[in-house]
Amino acid sequence: MTNNQSYGGADHIEALLALADDHLILGHRLSEWCGHAPMLEEDLSLPNMALDLLGQARNLFAHVANLENCGKSEDDLAYLRSDREYKNCLMVERPNGDFAHTMLRQLYFAAFMQPYWQAMEDSTDDTLRALAGKAEKEMSYHIRHAGEWVVRLGDGTEESAHRMVNAVVALHPYTDELFEISAPLQNCIEHGLLPDPTPIRAPWQAMIEDIFSQAYLTIPDVPFPQEGGRHGRHTEDFGHLLSELQYMQRAYPGMAW
Amino acid sequence: MSVAAKQDLSTARAWAAASAVVDPEVPCVTIADLGILRSVELQGDTAIAHVTPTYSGCPAVLAIELAVEAALLEAGFNPRVERVLSPPWTTDWITEEGQSKLKAYGIAPPVKASGSKRALFDDTVIACPRCESHNTQKVSEFGSTACKAQYRCCDCSEPFDYFKCI
Repeated sequence: MTNNQSYGGADHIEALLALADDHLILGHRLSEWCGHAPMLEEDLSLPNMALDLLGQARNLFAHVANLENCGKSEDDLAYLRSDREYKNCLMVERPNGDFAHTMLRQLYFAAFMQPYWQAMEDSTDDTLRALAGKAEKEMSYHIRHAGEWVVRLGDGTEESAHRMVNAVVALHPYTDELFEISAPLQNCIEHGLLPDPTPIRAPWQAMIEDIFSQAYLTIPDVPFPQEGGRHGRHTEDFGHLLSELQYMQRAYPGMAW
Repeated sequence: MSVAAKQDLSTARAWAAASAVVDPEVPCVTIADLGILRSVELQGDTAIAHVTPTYSGCPAVLAIELAVEAALLEAGFNPRVERVLSPPWTTDWITEEGQSKLKAYGIAPPVKASGSKRALFDDTVIACPRCESHNTQKVSEFGSTACKAQYRCCDCSEPFDYFKCI
C-alpha cells in the first residue's frame, strides 16, 4: 500500500491534477479565440499557445493516468470529471473578455508558470522533470508575447489603455490563487515532488511591475482576493465551459479520432 | 557471418528504415535530421524505436510515431515505438545536414544554441534563406506550425518561416 503522501499517492495525484487542470482550462479558453482574433498574426499565435498548453496538460494527465493508484485514463481525467472535481485556479476559467483581458491573463499565468516549471526541473518525480524542461522554454515565449501586448495596449490609444486598466482591475484579484498551497501540494512540496510557489512570488511581482511601468499601469489594491478553484469551487462560467469541453465524450462515450 | 554481425546488420537496417521517415509538417527533413529519432534497438524480431517529441503540444507526434511503425513493419520488423522525454529535445538536436536542408527548403534554421536565455529574448538577426540578406523583419512570433515564426526579407521581399530556437 502506497503512502498517501509519497510518490503516486493520493496527494501526488491531486496536486498534479490541479496543475493539469490549469493548463487544460486555459488552453481551452485560448482555443476559443481561433478565428476571432483581431488580426491574422494573433489568430496564429493564440491557437499556437493553446496547443502548447493543451500539450502540457495532456502530458500531465498521461503521467497521472500512469500512476499506479490512479485507475483512470487520461481521457477520463480530462473529459469525464464533474465540475467540483476540477481543481484549476479561477483565473484560467474566466471568460476571455476582450483581447486586453486575454493578454493580461496570459502574462499573469506565464510569468508564474515559467519559473515554476523551471523549479520542477529539480523534482524527485522523473517524468515531471522531463516535462518541465520543455514547458519552461515554451512559457518563455508566452511571457514575451503577452508582455509585449500589455505594453503596446497600455501605452497605446486612449481606448486601448482604458481596456487594459479594466483588465487589470478585473483579473488582479485572481492572481493570489496562483500562490495558494493546498494540503496536497504542501505534502508534495515536503516530498520534493513539486516546488513551493512561495519563492516565485517576489520575482513574479517584480516582472509584472516592470512590464506595468512600461505600460503606464499600476498594481491595484486587492482587499478580497478570489479563490476556491483549488477546492473545486468554481465560478458560474465554468459549467458553461465544461459543457462545451466535454460534449463529445459525453455524447459519444469512448469516441476517438 | 557471425550472429553478432547479423544482429548489427539488422539493427542498421531497422535504423535506416525508421530514419527515412520525414516530418509530416516539414517534409524536407527526416526525423533523424531533426534529432527526433534517438535510437533503434532490436530485441528478437522486435525493433524498438525511441522517439522524442519536439514541442509539448506538437500535433505531429502521433503521425510521426505511426509513420515509424509503418516503416519498420514494411522493413520486416515487428515494430514498437517508445516515447522518450528525457533529455528534452531542443533545436540543438537538429543535425548540420538537417539545418542545411531546412535552409534549402526556404526555412531559416535556428541560429543560436538553445541553452542561453538570450536565444529567446534578444533580437537575433535572422538571415533570409533565399538571398542571405540580414535586412529582415519579424512578422509574427508564431507561424504556420508550433515550431516556426514568420519573417519577411526587406531586400528580396520574400516572406519566410524561421525555425524557432527552444
